[in-house]
Amino acid sequence: MLPFLIKRLAFGLLVLFSLSIFVFVLFFVAPGDPARIIAGDKATPEILNQIRANLGLDQPIYVQYLKFIGQLLQGDLGFSYRSQQAVGELILDRLPATVSLVAGGVVLWLAIGIPLGVMSARHPGTVRDRVGVAFALAGISFPTFVLGMLSLYLLYFLPTKAGILLFPPSGYSPLTEQGPVLWAWHLVLPWITLALVTAATYTRLTRGQLLEVLGEDYIRTARAKGLKERTVIYRHGMRSAMTPLITQLGTDIGLLLGGVIVIEQVFGLAGIGNLAVSAVQNQDRPVVIGIVLIGGAFIVLANILVDIVYVLLDARVRVSK
Amino acid sequence: MSQNVLTADSNDAPAPQAVVQRGSFDLTIRRLRKDKASLASAIFIVLLLLFAVAAPLFDQMTGHDVNQQFRETGLGPAGIPTGPNSEFLLGADQLGRDVLVRLAHGAQVSLLVGVAASLSAALIGVVVGLVAGYFGGKTDTLLSRVMDLVMSVPFLLCAIALVSVFGPSLPLSISVIIFFSWTAMGRVIRGQVLSLRQRDYVEAARSMGASHLSIMFKEIVPNLTVPIIIYATLMIPSAIVFEATLSFLGMGIVPPAASWGGMLSEAASNSIYLTAWWLVVFPGSILLLTTLAFNILGDGIRDALDPRARRKA
Repeated sequence: MLPFLIKRLAFGLLVLFSLSIFVFVLFFVAPGDPARIIAGDKATPEILNQIRANLGLDQPIYVQYLKFIGQLLQGDLGFSYRSQQAVGELILDRLPATVSLVAGGVVLWLAIGIPLGVMSARHPGTVRDRVGVAFALAGISFPTFVLGMLSLYLLYFLPTKAGILLFPPSGYSPLTEQGPVLWAWHLVLPWITLALVTAATYTRLTRGQLLEVLGEDYIRTARAKGLKERTVIYRHGMRSAMTPLITQLGTDIGLLLGGVIVIEQVFGLAGIGNLAVSAVQNQDRPVVIGIVLIGGAFIVLANILVDIVYVLLDARVRVSK
Repeated sequence: MSQNVLTADSNDAPAPQAVVQRGSFDLTIRRLRKDKASLASAIFIVLLLLFAVAAPLFDQMTGHDVNQQFRETGLGPAGIPTGPNSEFLLGADQLGRDVLVRLAHGAQVSLLVGVAASLSAALIGVVVGLVAGYFGGKTDTLLSRVMDLVMSVPFLLCAIALVSVFGPSLPLSISVIIFFSWTAMGRVIRGQVLSLRQRDYVEAARSMGASHLSIMFKEIVPNLTVPIIIYATLMIPSAIVFEATLSFLGMGIVPPAASWGGMLSEAASNSIYLTAWWLVVFPGSILLLTTLAFNILGDGIRDALDPRARRKA
């Protein structure tokens, strides 16, 4: 098991290394002068040169890259061109909103997606199956921002116009400062939006996997020995659906922790995705580089966790690796 | 079943008709035609194509150019855009432009990006998957790792980083979508080829001295038509949503050019859509219907091409 994990870890590092080279080269070949972004249009050539020297921008790319990696290994992601704040701090400030959004979303989408998939698979070809399939189809087809705008319109604007404030307009209310009730109240609509667009994949996966195993002998045996249908489905049937579901869950969580870009944008949540969009608009390169790397690190970590869970769940993987 | 056929036939003709032999294409089309949802989706897609192609006609019919601003007729006294009326069938936007005309021009962008990006990504995916699966060994390891690498990249973040450097444009949007979507096809094809290359007819072709290229394209690719068609169809809606998302974030099609994502983004800014519902309802529904139609059609084609899949997934 250990060599297997070391191999996965090495691949993760390779991913992060490639990603760092990608963003670095990208911004090196980029048109536009960072010194001018910092100093503004009226800066004299002397000032521009001074800024370049301070930031090390006058050095060859490999020197800049090695310096960047050196600092990165000490946990230093550099400073924002705009606010002069440390990039690491900026990202840490935004992390709570993104983590809150993802955490609630995960719970909701699993609670919606898996039971719907089970319902579909248990009654193939019936109305209940169609409901599950239709839900999955709609969820996969709905562009996130359309659903987000729709929910804001239907659940915030229309009730507010009628004089009932069902949900707050937008924005994030920190858990530690404003308490859990306000926190959750501000997140309900983003959670629902995230859950509805993501749950569809889980419904499809659950349904497909269950349909495949429900005809197997061991399911018949489980039923024959008098187990409750619920136990047969969740204990025995779902066992085989676990592997693809966990892979999907790991990928989704890893990807989303790097910023739930669209939903944060629609609901005005000050998360990492929101920071990324404004950094891109401001040409704030250190912040963009920092977020891409952190986002990559989340995905790599999630994938490694998934691999570990696999090994724990599946005896076959444990033996063969 | 056969009973039904016989009685139906006996109504039309006195003698039972001879059994008709049908090719697999014919059978597929027949199965697809029985699937009402797929049929409706196909019709919707054809209409959408016509809508996009006819975009210049809408300009002429309404007399509204796509970027022309009608500040007197399209905007109310307080600067609130005019809702749907006889002059602006689907209303005007916050700059007094005709929503219908812009939707038609946006359809061109969505379909162009969706189809061009999916086809190119499918092509790359098929070639890479074919080479990886056919040669196996080190080639396979290398190509599979590259696919893993691309799949472990935060794609929307990288996409916006790329756009921030090169500036938003149509070709860049298409390239970004291709770059991040070919791997799905690559993996499927690789898996299929791994099992296909063990077949006897591949062995036979090899023993007759066929070259690698000839085996790949004459023996293996024809057997991959089904997954290629299914996955390419299903890639179109994702590409369309990807483009709309980029435009929504202000990183796709450059305004004032019309795109559905861009229209929704303009509607969302200043929350103007809360008072002018037509700015979000029309672009939103056409976008949703388009992705739905392609997804339903993709599923329908899968069921029709591979009836076993219908029972399983």
